[in-house]
Amino acid sequence: MRSARRNTELGLIILVVMITGAAYVLASLSQDAVIPPNVGPFLAVVLALFLVAHVVVRRLAPNADGTLLPMAGLLNGLGFVIIARINEKLAWQQAAWTTFGIAAFCLTLIVVKRARDLDRYRWTLALLGIILLMMPLVPGLGEDHASGSHIWIRLPGGMSFQPGEMAKIVLAIFFASYLVEKRELLAMGGKRIGPISFPELKHIGPVILAWAASLVVLIYQKDLGSSLLFFALFIVMLWVATERFSFVVIGVSLFSAGAYFAYQSFTHVQERVAMWIDPWQDPQGKGFQVVQSAFEMAAGGVGGTGIGLDGRIIIPEAESDFIFAIIAGELGLLGALVVLVAFLLIVGAGLRIAVRSENAFDKLLATGLTALIGVQAFVIIGGVTRLLPLTGVTLPFVSYGGSSLIANYILIALLMRISDETPVLAGTAAGERELVLR
Amino acid sequence: MNKRIQRFGVFIIICYLALFVKLNQIQVFQADDLNDNPLNSRVVQREYNRPRGVITSGDNVTLAQSVDIDTDTFKRYRTYPEKDLFGQITGYFSFTFGATGVEKQYTEELSGNTTIQQIRGFTDIFSNQQTVGNVQVTVRKDLQQTARDALKDPRTGADREGSVVLTDPRTGELLAFWSYPSYDPNLISGTDDAVSRASFKLLNAAPGKPMQAKQYQERYFPGSTFKVVTSGVGLQTGKVTPDEPNYPAASQYQPPVGQPIKNFGGEVCGGTLFVILQQSCNSAYAEMGQKTIGGPDMLEGAQNFGFNAPPPIDLPAPGTSTFPAEMTKDPAKLAQASIGQNDVQATPLEMALVAGGVANKGRIMKPHVLKQITDSTGRVIKTGDPETWLTPMDEGNASTLRQAMIGVVTGGTGTPAQIPGYEVAGKTGTAQVGDGTVHTWFMGFAGPPGADPTVAVSVVVLNQKAANNDNTGGVIAGPVAKTVMQKALEIQARGGGSASSTPNTTAPVTVAPNGGQRIGPANNQGNNPTNNPANNPANNPAGQGNGAGPTTVAPPTTRQQGVVSTPSSTPPSTAAPPITATPAPPTSTPVSAAPPTTAGAAPPISTP
Repeated sequence: MRSARRNTELGLIILVVMITGAAYVLASLSQDAVIPPNVGPFLAVVLALFLVAHVVVRRLAPNADGTLLPMAGLLNGLGFVIIARINEKLAWQQAAWTTFGIAAFCLTLIVVKRARDLDRYRWTLALLGIILLMMPLVPGLGEDHASGSHIWIRLPGGMSFQPGEMAKIVLAIFFASYLVEKRELLAMGGKRIGPISFPELKHIGPVILAWAASLVVLIYQKDLGSSLLFFALFIVMLWVATERFSFVVIGVSLFSAGAYFAYQSFTHVQERVAMWIDPWQDPQGKGFQVVQSAFEMAAGGVGGTGIGLDGRIIIPEAESDFIFAIIAGELGLLGALVVLVAFLLIVGAGLRIAVRSENAFDKLLATGLTALIGVQAFVIIGGVTRLLPLTGVTLPFVSYGGSSLIANYILIALLMRISDETPVLAGTAAGERELVLR
Repeated sequence: MNKRIQRFGVFIIICYLALFVKLNQIQVFQADDLNDNPLNSRVVQREYNRPRGVITSGDNVTLAQSVDIDTDTFKRYRTYPEKDLFGQITGYFSFTFGATGVEKQYTEELSGNTTIQQIRGFTDIFSNQQTVGNVQVTVRKDLQQTARDALKDPRTGADREGSVVLTDPRTGELLAFWSYPSYDPNLISGTDDAVSRASFKLLNAAPGKPMQAKQYQERYFPGSTFKVVTSGVGLQTGKVTPDEPNYPAASQYQPPVGQPIKNFGGEVCGGTLFVILQQSCNSAYAEMGQKTIGGPDMLEGAQNFGFNAPPPIDLPAPGTSTFPAEMTKDPAKLAQASIGQNDVQATPLEMALVAGGVANKGRIMKPHVLKQITDSTGRVIKTGDPETWLTPMDEGNASTLRQAMIGVVTGGTGTPAQIPGYEVAGKTGTAQVGDGTVHTWFMGFAGPPGADPTVAVSVVVLNQKAANNDNTGGVIAGPVAKTVMQKALEIQARGGGSASSTPNTTAPVTVAPNGGQRIGPANNQGNNPTNNPANNPANNPAGQGNGAGPTTVAPPTTRQQGVVSTPSSTPPSTAAPPITATPAPPTSTPVSAAPPTTAGAAPPISTP
């Protein structure tokens, strides 16, 4: 059983490396009709990177899920090819970040022997999460970004880092830990208004506090995407922990109130909403990104224009927030579908891990981590396709950006660590049996 | 908790399904609307930024090439080294205004977008080649320059408005294709949108319509040159022979109704076909068309000569020469139409085609500017093959008419077009415009005595001072036609501008016995030292400067002893045929292995 999972992983990794290599060759051919001379070394390095990760998993988490790492690799590889096609220089930085990401992945598996050990560092992690979130607001440390958001910090050597990406994971761990302890108290009915019973304030207080704090910080940092992501994370974890739908109702109400307040108070929020409803009122200005993104995707149609064949990319932030539009344009609806399915497979694997886990903390943490990836991808793809108002978050594993890549590789490593601790039950009855066991 | 986790999973699936539906809406259902949206520049931009082959002239001068740049929007833009000399043929390739001319006609081939290029390109991906196509046109720079210079006023040197169309009647190849005023496509092809728009506006408003290729897009009254058509129709219907009818000497012809048709200056003329054509006798031709031939046959005959249908030229938007059907019902109008007046209108190209039809034994060939398209390795992808468009006459009647037209040049109105050593045929024309000026015409053909004519021409010089006799066409347009035909005949005699319409770039280069001159279908300037970069290093910098195009310059496969030029002076022409000849004798005079490209350098013009 252990070797079966690992062999599946190995096979998928080889397949993913081949797909990435082929896409890289195609992208290069479309630029100057030459097979890149470095394609051999390129493939070797990519394969080596993921083989290292694979060997580490084989040693340290032999029972872990076999699809997470290949799916992350597929999205990462596809992202690299698109970034290379937009900007060669960024691509090599992205390659370096991928290396760091794989290193962080391995390191996480080495350091975290058991996921539930993290339970002990609850308040340390809460503090760390708040500090990470606050860092960009510290004068001299924060860095102004062109988009007006304050989510970056300067690192020595001209590099910058997005601490919010790490804060997501840290806060997910904290919430899993806190909610596992308090979930029965929280689930107990307090006041009852109509069909919904509300928990007592003293139990829910810390959650609301952390929630409000992150909300304020995020609104101040003008990072709407992360704000939405945090709300979703907390609501999902509260709901799963307490099994009380009332938290969803409360959460959505609070979120709506917060959103309305933000809309009333901040012009940049108003602009985003206006451009969501009708980007055509200012297609050359504020609606430029969204309109060009629609043109890009429409140009692709079902089959796509072909990698690298859509000329100069004129969408701002094409390599980060809008990378999905480029994929949909050059690989078409089918390529976009591949990305969606890859994320669904990650979400599926993550939730399967959560369902099978027999430890409540593990279960909750796996749910939270999975929600982070699934919702983040949904929020940015929704923004790019104008299903949702545009909020600037990265597309996990695909977008250019070191903080995002490293954080998401750590996230995957944690999921696989949890997965490894769960005895694998053969057959389809496994889930149901666990349900009964619960 | 598991139940909630599963529900959350279902929720995520619904979210992603919504994304998929939204993607379908954008990429499938709204895709056409979005692609056609005027704000969407990506299709144009993609096309504009694609690598694009060069356009070269019949004598291998670069006419259009791409220059690499690196901006956010553009990777390259088009330049036209010959500026307005070839502006109306190449057209422009503009980000702002799209494409015209050859750039439009062969845009797929130039950007390597045709199926055959894609297939070949696929097999070439290992060999570092672009899949672009290089288009060589039949029009030669030396002849184009000759046409331009000949159209100028010989006394003052000032430019005159008008057109010169020179074809090879045997193939339909256009050898010179000029109209003045022309324009410089560089003004519109640049990357600065504002400059392009301003230039476009200015050129559109300029007098003489510089952006219109008047030689095939504008119609004029053909005047007496149309009498060739009337004669041809008469001969072909059998109603006119060299001997019959013998039109009475008169100063005018009175159709059954309407105004009489008067001869120029009230002269008295008449007689049989050869005589009335030579004298350009209005009264006789009015009677021939209106009475001898009659409306239905005139209409059908004129249409057989190419009227009332756009010519199948491989350039965009050709003008349709007209012989309106309703004229055939009105005897007065028909009589006027028979001498090229009333509503008969012809493009300069059409009259060259009529002349070519007579010259080519009654067959009008499809006019074309495409000589060949090659890929970056020099392989020929497409050639401009000779095809018959119309056959208005059989060979015997064409021969008769040819003799009649020879008479016009030897002893009629067309004597200024005589070329020593060649047999020239033609017809002059002078069409009154109404503002007191006239359009002066000459159309005809020439060739070695006793042999098939190898050039056909049509010249119109616009808005000349009114003249009182038909000699005006001969005096003003005749010398223009003569100069251009003579130059072409000289080139043909040297072996250039070959009649072979299937240029074979792999043909062995023959080494002529007289001093090792290189004579080949595509390389004919070996005996023209002025154009030879080896002898004229001053020409080389221009060639070097133009070599920055995206297409790789194929290095000459052989380089002969005595060639002075260094490899870096390889001209940017990529149409250089792979020369497969055995090495030339070491005694050969210096000739470059690749055809010289003398962008910006005036070619020698010999007009004795």
